Amino acid sequence: MLVVVCIKQVPDTTQVKIDPVTGNLIREGVPFIMNPFDTHALEEGLRLKGKYGLNVAVISMGPPNTEITLRKALALGVDNAVLLSDRAFGGADTLATSKVLAEATRQLAQKEEVVIVLCGKQTIDGDTAQVGPGIATRLGYSQLTLVEHIENIDLQAKKIIARRKLEGRDEVVEASLPAMISVVREINTPRYPTVPMRLMAEGATVTLWDNKEMKLNEETIGLKGSATQVRKIFSPERAVGEILGDGAANPDEAANLLIDKLSEGGLILI
Amino acid sequence: MTNSILFLTIFLISISFFGWSCFRYFRLITLGKAENRFDHLGKRIRDLFLYSFAQRCSISGSYRFGVNHAILFWCFMILLVANTEFLLAGIFPDYINLANLPTGLYYTIALIFDIASLLALLAVLTAAGRRLFFPPKYIEARTRDAFFILGMVAVLMLAFFGLHSSEIAQGSERAALYMPISSFVASSILPGASTESLISLANISWWIHAIVLLCFLNYLPYSKHMHILTVIPNSFFKRLTRMSLQPREEFNKGNVFGVGQVDQFTWKALFDSYCCTECGRCSDVCPATSTNKPLNPRLVIHDIKENLLTNGPMLINKEQAKLPLIGGGQDGSIDEEVIWECTTCGACMEVCPAFIEHVPRITDMRRDLVEMKARFPQELLNFFENMEQRSNPWGIAPAERTKWAAKINVQPFEAGKTECLFFVGCAGAYDARSRHVTLAVTKILDSAGVSWGILGKDEPCCGDSLRRLGNEYVFDRMVKENIEMFKEKGVRKVITQCPHCYHTLKNDYRRYGIELEVVHHTELINNLIKEGRLELTQTRDLGNIAFHDSCYLGRYNNIYEAPRKAIALATNQAPVEMERHHDRSFCCGAGGGRMWMEEKIGKHINVLRIEEAMKENPETICVCCPYCMTMFEDGLKDKGADNRVKVLDLAEIIAKAIK
Ligand code: SF4
Ligand code: SF4
Repeated sequence: MLVVVCIKQVPDTTQVKIDPVTGNLIREGVPFIMNPFDTHALEEGLRLKGKYGLNVAVISMGPPNTEITLRKALALGVDNAVLLSDRAFGGADTLATSKVLAEATRQLAQKEEVVIVLCGKQTIDGDTAQVGPGIATRLGYSQLTLVEHIENIDLQAKKIIARRKLEGRDEVVEASLPAMISVVREINTPRYPTVPMRLMAEGATVTLWDNKEMKLNEETIGLKGSATQVRKIFSPERAVGEILGDGAANPDEAANLLIDKLSEGGLILI
Repeated sequence: MTNSILFLTIFLISISFFGWSCFRYFRLITLGKAENRFDHLGKRIRDLFLYSFAQRCSISGSYRFGVNHAILFWCFMILLVANTEFLLAGIFPDYINLANLPTGLYYTIALIFDIASLLALLAVLTAAGRRLFFPPKYIEARTRDAFFILGMVAVLMLAFFGLHSSEIAQGSERAALYMPISSFVASSILPGASTESLISLANISWWIHAIVLLCFLNYLPYSKHMHILTVIPNSFFKRLTRMSLQPREEFNKGNVFGVGQVDQFTWKALFDSYCCTECGRCSDVCPATSTNKPLNPRLVIHDIKENLLTNGPMLINKEQAKLPLIGGGQDGSIDEEVIWECTTCGACMEVCPAFIEHVPRITDMRRDLVEMKARFPQELLNFFENMEQRSNPWGIAPAERTKWAAKINVQPFEAGKTECLFFVGCAGAYDARSRHVTLAVTKILDSAGVSWGILGKDEPCCGDSLRRLGNEYVFDRMVKENIEMFKEKGVRKVITQCPHCYHTLKNDYRRYGIELEVVHHTELINNLIKEGRLELTQTRDLGNIAFHDSCYLGRYNNIYEAPRKAIALATNQAPVEMERHHDRSFCCGAGGGRMWMEEKIGKHINVLRIEEAMKENPETICVCCPYCMTMFEDGLKDKGADNRVKVLDLAEIIAKAIK
């Protein structure tokens, strides 16, 4: 039985700048990393492998250089890494992306029963949190978003019990398998690759699937299949701030001013 | 006088047993991996004489009782000859006898043996007295083992006098006049004794001497006195650099990285473990041991030895080792937390009289934990990823590396246009406090007319902490990239303001085939002053300045005087020395990657050091390292003394004094 982990290679957003003139992202020289939430999804997959003896495959849609990120996953101990890469996939929004990832999962499921699809709760470049649910919908799997703990999986009864982290409360839910689970960072601490595993991953095969393999209708994927189109990217104007008092000379007064301001604005209650 | 046949039998049995013990022990050394300690023969032979025969290590520094050891060592050397003669004479009484030597020579030797025996007896009594009345801090010095061996030596000496004085009393010793102590015993205790009783006293003494001597020989390999056999060779094998440099690792598939089992150490590491004299000096100076943490460098070496003795015989037979080297929770096994507590300050290696190399052993085991097992304190996960992804410990964007220079005019480094690369370092670039030091350094460089430039956002981390923490794989990759860039940009001369960058770029990078001319700002400042390129007025408003030697500048690179001279010139007063200084300086607690880890057990090392500094009533504490800066400032806050005492980097003191 197989766990499929969906990961995305994203630009290291702390290093992304927006060109003030053109409004475009300056991607040049910006290193790529595995989307931080996905590192937790991957870790959870590896833990399930350890606990329930499941196999773990990672899939990622992206340009050819995504291979580097997939190798990192191999170094951490996944059994199989599949890169979904084709010009036809390019420019995809969350809808088109979820179609490709869902199809890849379906094709993997033809060879080995998929019980769980794991995703990070969102990516740090798009921040939409839609791809995971999109995959679940396309595949007709149960969907459990924002999971912070998997309490139990019963592979015989095809049931999973998980705790979701919601605003101000937790929710323990049971769902039937197969299920898509999107995870929050609190779920685990990712492991670190050992050197022998890194060396092994350097020479391991990353399977490449393009659209010849996937046979998706080109009208439904990539830019063409996207329901949203990007018009413009810009940094929102930020209203000029205000300096309250003189914190260096009179910190107490400055603190009082701040408290007054906050309570005026209804942000705190005193 | 003796029954030679009986003695020969006893002798042969015990010498074979001794030989067998030695074979058993030393055969295990062959389990270790190769390491060349036969290079630079001339230097090694010189060290052998300097350190073993001249007993330089035992006597060095503040070790009063080292003199006692030196006396014992020399008496031992002399009596080694005496005892060899004694044993051979016991077997071949008709052929070997010192008394057959020419008179003059025989008298001289008799005199020397007589006096050496007395000195040895006194030295042994002193050692026993010390252990009873001024006990060393650690408990093992007072074990039965120690007293047993001292007792054996004492009995040997008493038997020596028993034998010779009874011979003198019988009138059968022609060198009697030249054996003052034996003669004294003969004349004060034995006069009037019958010839028979004198003969039987001589006989008994002879047999006691013989048996105790053979017991002593056989006891040696099983006690800490094994060092009698090993330390002399180890002074030949000792490292030739101040601190031994960890070898690189080759990252090929199928290799094992670090040391997780005792046979993965090099033979030298295994041999070291046989050399420990259990003197406890390393524990006394270790910042971790001194603050009640479980790390004790002496025990690390002891555990390696115990592990080798337990597992070695199985490993020789290609069987599985049964006692884990790391984390077995018993004698002969080292706890993981112990391995992470070391600051790699090198104090243990500096004081060890047996030339044992503790730090590389600890780093070897860290390598195993990080590279083979991916097990390390949780705080390090972020650190490792930040290093790998953004080439700095905090994971701050490289674009922010030049923020410190926002208000000044800085040239990028360009070969041909700028002479030196000012390697700012991660702390110097990102840490709010250290940025002031960076600015002070630039002020000094500019006012002395040094031609310098920076790499700006392209400046990488040097990788120091990675290497000390055992993450050699990432270090190796970073260094290769960095060196590529240095070569591309034509970097040759480098100025650093951090002792860790300094040591890494200068000494570790050399192993990758790049010879950079690296200078730390302390040396540079001192040189600039000497050359008359810096004009200083004397600042007086800093009060008493206590100076702290950082480990990677002092013990690792022998830079002690440059900063002191510079302070004296800039302030017209020599800095105040703390109780522990120069090569005995006490670590701030941040080296060896400890900067990035929490200090959960025992007293904080920086607080202990601050308490020591405060005894000198300083107004200013001068440091030369960004880590020391952080540790001292934190320590002062902890003690609530941060409003009374300032911590300044040497560069800041000099910058204040520039005209
Ligand atoms: S290097 Fe320093 S901290 Fe490490 S064991 Fe030696 S004395 Fe202790
Ligand atoms: S390791 Fe060196 S300093 Fe430490 S106890 Fe042994 S001989 Fe002494």
